[in-house]
Amino acid sequence: MLKVSKELCIGCGICEENCPFGAIKIDDGLAVVGETCTLCGACVESCAVEALELETQTKQVLEDLTAWTGILVFCEYRHGDLAPVSLELLGVGRRLADKRGVQLSALLLGHQTGETASLLIGHGADVVYLADHEALEEFRDDCYSQISTEVIRKYQPEIVLAGATAIGRSFIPGVATALNAGLTADCTKLEIREEDGALLQTRPAFGGNIMATIVCESTRPQMATVRPKVMKQLEFDDSRKGKIIEIEPTEQQMQSRVQVLESVVADAGRVNIQEADILVSGGRGLESAKGFELIRELAETMGAKVSASRAVVDAGWIPYPHQVGQTGKTVAPKLYIACGISGAVQHVAGMQSAETIVAINRDENASIFDVADYGIVGDLYEIIPKLIRKIEERR
Amino acid sequence: MKIIVCVKQVPDAKDVRLDPVTNTLAREGVQSIMNPYDQHALEEAVRLKEKHSGEVVVVTMGPPQAEEMLRQAISFGADRVVLVSDRSFAGADTWATSYTLEQAVKKIGNFDLILCGKQAIDGDTAQVGPGLATRLGIPYLTCIQKVREATETGLMVERMMDDGYDVVAVNYPALLTVVKDINEPRVPSLKGKMKAKKAEIIRMSAEDIGADPACIGLPGSPTKVVKVFPPEARGGRSVLTGTLDEQLDQLVEKLIPFL
Repeated sequence: MLKVSKELCIGCGICEENCPFGAIKIDDGLAVVGETCTLCGACVESCAVEALELETQTKQVLEDLTAWTGILVFCEYRHGDLAPVSLELLGVGRRLADKRGVQLSALLLGHQTGETASLLIGHGADVVYLADHEALEEFRDDCYSQISTEVIRKYQPEIVLAGATAIGRSFIPGVATALNAGLTADCTKLEIREEDGALLQTRPAFGGNIMATIVCESTRPQMATVRPKVMKQLEFDDSRKGKIIEIEPTEQQMQSRVQVLESVVADAGRVNIQEADILVSGGRGLESAKGFELIRELAETMGAKVSASRAVVDAGWIPYPHQVGQTGKTVAPKLYIACGISGAVQHVAGMQSAETIVAINRDENASIFDVADYGIVGDLYEIIPKLIRKIEERR
Repeated sequence: MKIIVCVKQVPDAKDVRLDPVTNTLAREGVQSIMNPYDQHALEEAVRLKEKHSGEVVVVTMGPPQAEEMLRQAISFGADRVVLVSDRSFAGADTWATSYTLEQAVKKIGNFDLILCGKQAIDGDTAQVGPGLATRLGIPYLTCIQKVREATETGLMVERMMDDGYDVVAVNYPALLTVVKDINEPRVPSLKGKMKAKKAEIIRMSAEDIGADPACIGLPGSPTKVVKVFPPEARGGRSVLTGTLDEQLDQLVEKLIPFL
């Protein structure tokens, strides 16, 4: 609870100014706390006369946090492929493990994984816990959860990372709940806090309008999911040595209360905009689905793939796998050309890591120009055909 | 069929900004709405009820003002609405929230299905649905884009995956989180709106649901926010100048190295 000391409060209003949620107001010379208070503590820090106090019973600290050491990365394998985010996580995992002076391990669940475990070692893992079994061919939350939970309980990693993919975002929260562990979703930055070695997890909230840094002070493991294309993978190094420990799932762990009847890989599902070096992206400024013909033409000229903003996907002009943004895919291409895209925060959240951004929009005040390296204000139906011609002339 | 729908009242996230100078959330003119994904969950629940007869109970953990959203839920077809509200829930993260909802659901009683939206547009975590199901010991499926079939004993659904979707069967009791593709929410009828005005709101405090104080609100949250700040501006804004032709020539110069 947030307590206001009537004796000390002088009604100066500094707390009111500092509250990010508008939850504290001066009423009749005294600070009064409202319903929207989230106990963030910003006011407590700002009060010059120490009239505010955050009274909390802290969660019982786990008896021995030091028993938990090491970083564990969940590596996702589906339909014969390793999800690229797994390698990116080994990249950041390696950095964190080196900082902490601990081991980096990978958990690989799947069927017919072949040489994948060795690949993980080459990309940074010291140990790979491998469960390769027919029962793990299709993703089923309870099987994956049960096996992962047991591995974590047994090996006690202080940090567990997983990709914020459909699979990761589905079963990892179940694992965190079962372990009474804190989980932070969609992290864009992970760092070790100097003072106590805890993991600082930074992520967007409110659709990307705000960034928040989160810590799990008294629980272990500290868990985080990370969006694809945010972290960098290490170069494969076949001289790296590591151990592969095979895990045999129990009968009970292989049983599931759900049945996967069919796995439908959409043709559009084969579109992987995250692997493209160049993306030409279309937004509402195209004004109709036909606009994508022009986008595709430019993309072809440049050897690029086509992507889109949420507005046009919602409008049905192009399927969802092409969507870039907070609720779509995160991309980090060498070049991103935004055509008729206004640059809403939720869209930018999905492409701001692009090395170079070009924007074409008829509105000179469009926010996309704030993130673009090069912007052209004008009618894209005039600009793009000319651009295509000029590029072809240069070839 | 007894269906429980978990909903959350959220600020309309697209309008929320953090003032980079004062570091405060600019809340003027930002409406409170039913989380859009939860709206789709409620619509699906009402459709299932209409097809298979039964009851839809909507529950929310929130401040007193969430009552307005619950009345809206009645107008959309909910039969009963429950407001789980207490000062001690403030500051709850997803772990504490799923605990609180678990306690509330146990008080609400037996159910066949729990429907949730995939995620709340303020927190964006998508963790409460899975957390709640795990605590209740029931199977769950996330990102459901379609309910193909609902029988006496269970469901066949399509769940979105990164490369397409899986067709999955599960028996009751179960929990599903849904995505927007699943349906088009109805417009409330006049009759629904009138019903909403007079509807009884069932209220539950922390004590009513038998909540352990160590597991709720900020004290019960394993994750703590230590810093809040606006997203970094990328900078480097450069709008090309000159005639269109000149601008295009400049641009093409920049693009050639990429080809």
